[in-house]
Amino acid sequence: MSPQPNPSHPKPHSQKEASNEERADSRHFWIRKVVDRFFQILSILAAIVVISPLLLVFVFLLSSGGSSLTWDFLTQLPKPVGETGGGMANAIVGSCILVSLATLVSTPVGVLGGICVCEYGDARLRAAIRFTADVLNGVPSIIWGIVVYSWVVLRMKTFSGLAGGLALSFIMIPLILRTTEDVIRLVPSAYREAGLALGLRRGQVILHIILATARRGVLTGVLLAAARVAGETAPLLFTAFGNRVWAAHLQEPMAALPLQIFTYAISPYPDWHRQAWAGALVLLALVFFMSIVVRALAKGKSQ
Amino acid sequence: MGRKDRLNPFRRKPPSDELPPDAGARAWTSSARIGRILDQGFGFLVVGAGISVLALAALLGWELYQGAKEAIRRYGAGFLVSSHWDPVAGRFGALPFLYGTFVSSALALLLAFPLSVATALSLTEFAPVRLRRPVLALVDLMAAVPSVVWGLWAMFEMVPWLRQTAFPFLQKFFGWLPFFQGTIYGVSLLAGALVIAMMITPIVTSLAIEILQSVPLTLREAAWALGATRWEVMRVAVLPYVRSSLVGAGVLGLGRALGETMAVTMVIGNRPEILLSLFAPGYTLASVLVNEFAEVTSEEHLSALFEIGLTLVAVTFVVNFLARLLIRSVPFFFAPRPLRTQSMETNG
Repeated sequence: MSPQPNPSHPKPHSQKEASNEERADSRHFWIRKVVDRFFQILSILAAIVVISPLLLVFVFLLSSGGSSLTWDFLTQLPKPVGETGGGMANAIVGSCILVSLATLVSTPVGVLGGICVCEYGDARLRAAIRFTADVLNGVPSIIWGIVVYSWVVLRMKTFSGLAGGLALSFIMIPLILRTTEDVIRLVPSAYREAGLALGLRRGQVILHIILATARRGVLTGVLLAAARVAGETAPLLFTAFGNRVWAAHLQEPMAALPLQIFTYAISPYPDWHRQAWAGALVLLALVFFMSIVVRALAKGKSQ
Repeated sequence: MGRKDRLNPFRRKPPSDELPPDAGARAWTSSARIGRILDQGFGFLVVGAGISVLALAALLGWELYQGAKEAIRRYGAGFLVSSHWDPVAGRFGALPFLYGTFVSSALALLLAFPLSVATALSLTEFAPVRLRRPVLALVDLMAAVPSVVWGLWAMFEMVPWLRQTAFPFLQKFFGWLPFFQGTIYGVSLLAGALVIAMMITPIVTSLAIEILQSVPLTLREAAWALGATRWEVMRVAVLPYVRSSLVGAGVLGLGRALGETMAVTMVIGNRPEILLSLFAPGYTLASVLVNEFAEVTSEEHLSALFEIGLTLVAVTFVVNFLARLLIRSVPFFFAPRPLRTQSMETNG
């Protein structure tokens, strides 16, 4: 369609040629629009496919676990094998204890470690710590279970809530460290310099200025890590181990919600399956609640 | 004293030592000393916390190595290439677990990666702006669903559905492929892969979103200015710019997939065999730990399980390291991001 002179068509045809080109052009544009629309629909379909399992899980848990979620379930101990009824009170409380314990242990270490990576030490040490934290964040959680098993459980000669909390805190420490580091990096260095110029010591600058500024972000990181470990089963299998009655103290095996769900799920009893669904509903509600708090905190930060 | 005096331009003479020391100044000095000591103490505390992370890694390596020493000495490299796992007979070969781990994870990534990137594209470019935030929130919630809950759902809903509907369908139409042959149990490598895919999709998606948002606005604008459609902007300006980072996000997803434990254990069938069919039950490194660690039959068994753990750590480390090399612009590994605040402004 190029408008070069052609001896076989002596008469000028520029008018016609142009309109042809225009038509070709518009047809081409039409195809491009269709392709664009095609990929748009494809990508939106992909998004729907991606989130549909979440909705399926929700519907499944609500429809099959909702009816078992009674007051008894939340307040009673598990019944002996073979009897129906009973609840998961000890597992719910156990989970709360384990997560609190892990948070108590890991928050100081993680936050101070995050400060260390930003503010203290020489560059090589910082790089080494950051790299190590990254590596530890990539370690599957079951590994922490067997590490704590051989480190604590074998030595104490008993499964214990303490070991379970420790295993969870080992997962949380590198997570908290990295998020703390990220939020501390966001604090403008002018704040730091202003504090130092006023004669504050390094520690005072960190405690009173940097941590105060990044407080919400640090808290968000801690909560996020806690929400993550609240649902962990694998590290508790060989540490907290689970318990069908109340644990009297931390040196005893302790029940945990994810652990109980797993045990009940792979059991052959239909009544236990129902309880596992109800337990999963409780766990999911707990974890979602924590995530929503985290989102609210993060949102407040941006405004 | 000396240095300070030299710096003071108004003081010509050095101060005589006979001057009565000012009580207030002395108090000030001593409180400054306490402050300095406290400050140094705080510094030690902080550096100590940092170093404790190194100690944690050392503990992990040491305990695993101590546990696995016996097995490493006894079986050597044969451990990783032998395909017989029979604790009762005392034969320990990890190949079926390596195979199951890799096949289920790779398959999961194959399913999850295109979906994740497409979702990320739709959430940054294609979807109506009003829908983006809610969908993003759902994706984030999905990442928060505990493994055991996925496993529970998969066990009671997905696997029966696969057994009755999906697998027979696949076998009917693709049965000539070796991957879709054999008896259908429901619990299978493919079921494991599906669950893993659902679990890594939100992670890969949110990484991909961050990567897409890291593309400079000017690149997009240049493409827009040339009259490109949305898809052409993506194809010409955005995707080439972030290709290696996106691959990195995928590899990162693979790293997560390799370590997925509970949900996989509940649906993969737990049989240490290497079969080509995806309908056959499999086994992974993580799930053999779940199933056998608490009920070891012998010292060698325990040691072999520790070596399995060591193998798992090594594999995930290598994969994560590769991902780290590929992704430059995005926070390494999957650290939770508390501040997704500057999310959607880049492209209205």
